Amino acid sequence: MDLGFLLVQSLSGLASASSLFVIASGLTLVFGVTRIVNFAHGSFYMLGAYVAVTVVPWLLDFDRSPLLFFCGVLISAAVVGLLGVLMEILLLRRLYKVPELFQLLATFGVVLMVQDAVLWLWGPVEIPGPRAPGLRHGVEILGQRFPAYELFLICVGPAVLGLLWLLMHKTRFGILIRAATRDREMVGALGVNQALLFTGTLFLGAFLAGLGGALQIPRVSASSQMDLSIITEAFVVTVIGGMGSVPGAFLAAVLIGQLNSFGVLIFPKITLVLVFLLMAVVLVVKPWGLLGRPEPAAGRAALPEGVLAMPRFGVWEKAIAAVAVLATLAVPVFGDAYTVKVVTEVLIFALAAFSLNLLVGHGGIVSFGHAAYFGLGAYAAGLLVTKGGLPMEPALIAAPIAGAAFAALFGFFIVRLSGIYLAMLTLAFAQIAYAVCFQWVEVTGGDNGVVGVWPSPWARSREVFHYLVAICCILGIIGLRRVAYAPFGATLRAARDSEQRADAIGVDVRRHRWLAFTLAGGAAGLAGGLYAFSKGSIDPTLLSIPMSIDFLAMILLGGMQTVMGAVAGAAAFHTIKDFFMPLTDHWRFFLGASIIALVLIFPRGLSGAYGALRRRA
Amino acid sequence: MTLLSVEGLNKRFGGVVAAKDVSFALAAGEMLAIIGPNGAGKSTTFNMVGGQLRPDTGRVLLDGQDITGQPPRQVCKLGVGRTFQVAQTFLSMSILGNVQMALIAHHGRTRDLISDAATLYRTEALALLARVGMESDADRPIGELAYGDVKRVELAIALAAAPKLLLMDEPTAGMAPRERASLMQLTADIARGQGIGVLFTEHDMDAVFAHADRILVLVRGEVIAEGSPESVRANPEVQRVYLGQSGHKAALRARRAAHG
Repeated sequence: MDLGFLLVQSLSGLASASSLFVIASGLTLVFGVTRIVNFAHGSFYMLGAYVAVTVVPWLLDFDRSPLLFFCGVLISAAVVGLLGVLMEILLLRRLYKVPELFQLLATFGVVLMVQDAVLWLWGPVEIPGPRAPGLRHGVEILGQRFPAYELFLICVGPAVLGLLWLLMHKTRFGILIRAATRDREMVGALGVNQALLFTGTLFLGAFLAGLGGALQIPRVSASSQMDLSIITEAFVVTVIGGMGSVPGAFLAAVLIGQLNSFGVLIFPKITLVLVFLLMAVVLVVKPWGLLGRPEPAAGRAALPEGVLAMPRFGVWEKAIAAVAVLATLAVPVFGDAYTVKVVTEVLIFALAAFSLNLLVGHGGIVSFGHAAYFGLGAYAAGLLVTKGGLPMEPALIAAPIAGAAFAALFGFFIVRLSGIYLAMLTLAFAQIAYAVCFQWVEVTGGDNGVVGVWPSPWARSREVFHYLVAICCILGIIGLRRVAYAPFGATLRAARDSEQRADAIGVDVRRHRWLAFTLAGGAAGLAGGLYAFSKGSIDPTLLSIPMSIDFLAMILLGGMQTVMGAVAGAAAFHTIKDFFMPLTDHWRFFLGASIIALVLIFPRGLSGAYGALRRRA
Repeated sequence: MTLLSVEGLNKRFGGVVAAKDVSFALAAGEMLAIIGPNGAGKSTTFNMVGGQLRPDTGRVLLDGQDITGQPPRQVCKLGVGRTFQVAQTFLSMSILGNVQMALIAHHGRTRDLISDAATLYRTEALALLARVGMESDADRPIGELAYGDVKRVELAIALAAAPKLLLMDEPTAGMAPRERASLMQLTADIARGQGIGVLFTEHDMDAVFAHADRILVLVRGEVIAEGSPESVRANPEVQRVYLGQSGHKAALRARRAAHG
């Protein structure tokens, strides 16, 4: 490889690093001040691009000057900044005091709503943007041509870093941002107008995301998939750099840019994996990122969010459980094929959601990547049947083993962290698994997945398969419920309530969390294996972020503070989804709005409502 | 006989010497108080004994066994119970549940996936609660209790591991005066009755002088005095540190003025 080629490769890495930094700096600033990890930051980025492809061509109609192009870019960023202000006032203000899981879910609700809003406003077709006037040519570098616009982008990153430095050190607003990042409560105690500070920060954060998006239009077309792809990269950058640290984000963006542009030469198949691997390594060596600070410990003892009371089944609950089991078993006799299919899927999701609540509700381990173990179970079963030529039975034994094995592998690193960093690492590992299934086309079939995952002949009828699923899932749920009431479950709750106390009475907290992660991964893997056979196919959506969010929405809807809430939540969520999805083109919008409503109005879910009813009776 | 023996502990944080050649010993059934002004290294010394901090040099011996640098969970298994400056309990559990949890851990059954945690070690837990006078409230959520009662439950949790040594970091911090006296009396009774050694740090001098058998005075990481409460009270060096140089002069002036 000659020098010119390496230089150009490195320069294009710097150009993407620069764009990534502009976006990630906004995310990290908002986190520093508000302590909210804003999933919707990717949506701001996407909106920046869409507004720019609308505004910039209109401006260029007047005069094709570079000045108007960049005016258009800044206008787009400002519009997005105002949307950020709107989000702060309407939503985030109500979220500052709720647990981080709820914050993440609510901002993800915004992601879903914006996706549908963008489709509705701009349509499903990608919109290419205009080239930047004055920067359309290429520049000759050591015999290689390099686009002038990319050279310009390389300068944007350091320029934004410099401007942010000036803002943070020379203005009152910036000094307050730094102070709030250090100690939010102290800033509040000093009598600073917090509402204004937070709103201003959201404007700045959304402005930077919008700027990042608007600057991309000469390079990439605006599309409705931009949000989730950029947000995971921006998460990785902020986590590696240290959440809240702008220079850290710069450092991390440069690292990732270079890793991407050279990684593609060496391991073209696993570029996505490399990025997340870097993040996992950094977090294990430096749990708060390269330039981050440890989270200030909570000063007071607060009730954790999760399963608190462990009530026994009373007469009523026993009756409800018996009716539910009987109804499940009677469905093939009385219901039509469609009902049988829905109930089969409800059972599968109930097992997966129940296993997730063992982690989230009992262990306080907020996993944002539970779909990984569900999906890996499905892939293990599906690939063994289609590529390995094995029958269903051994494949169904392999599914929970695969789920547990990967959960043990990933969990080994995950349980070393806590709080928001833990949630980010679960997400990162899930994305690694997703990337492998997506990119390793020869084995996994890539985006299309693999079809022909059929049950053994004896279980091929929908009814028999339903009973197979019912037995596996009901026994699985009963088993996990038993674990929750057993000393192991109590130990998980104890470690969640007070890690320090648990340590002082002789509990190895990490080891127990790791075992719980493995156990939950195994149960999710079994659910995934059953799901693969019920669908007859596997594809990467089974391990995607939206799938993980679906599981979280199920336990939230059911009520994560109760033991059986996950089951009720899975049933309600899946039935509603299955019923409404064919009726509307805007399912995601309603799902997003429902998640936000759940978090804000109904945080105790269905079983919370049931508990209130029982107390009144 | 010597239960705990601390030999030449040193700990630096950057340029700050938090503990310098700290040595002391503690016998079974004895109550040893560590006192000193803020920043004297009390908590540092304490955490090096409890396993929360690893000393730069020096050794901690429990019953002759070297426990230096072992993590807290290991230190607990070797017979050290601990209470915290801000009480640490399992907020989602009942009072009884908290003590049962400690017993489950003590008996090494935390990985039991089958048994019913609510019925395990119930009698033993109730007996421990009776010892601290909390058995009548056993089924209430611990979050409902007054802080002084939470501290009593914390003591029961610490006792669940049948410790040889109790580490109590400012046991009476944040409590009302009457609650303080009764908690210290309770601790002293249990310690003497069962031959448990107690190492505690304390700011409340009433608690220290009423219950400690011996007192260790730390200033800037160094032991400046050690002995019975009477000898420590009479030590001029201790008086100077506690009253401060100017305070000491003011006291002298006041005395001269009073005596003409």
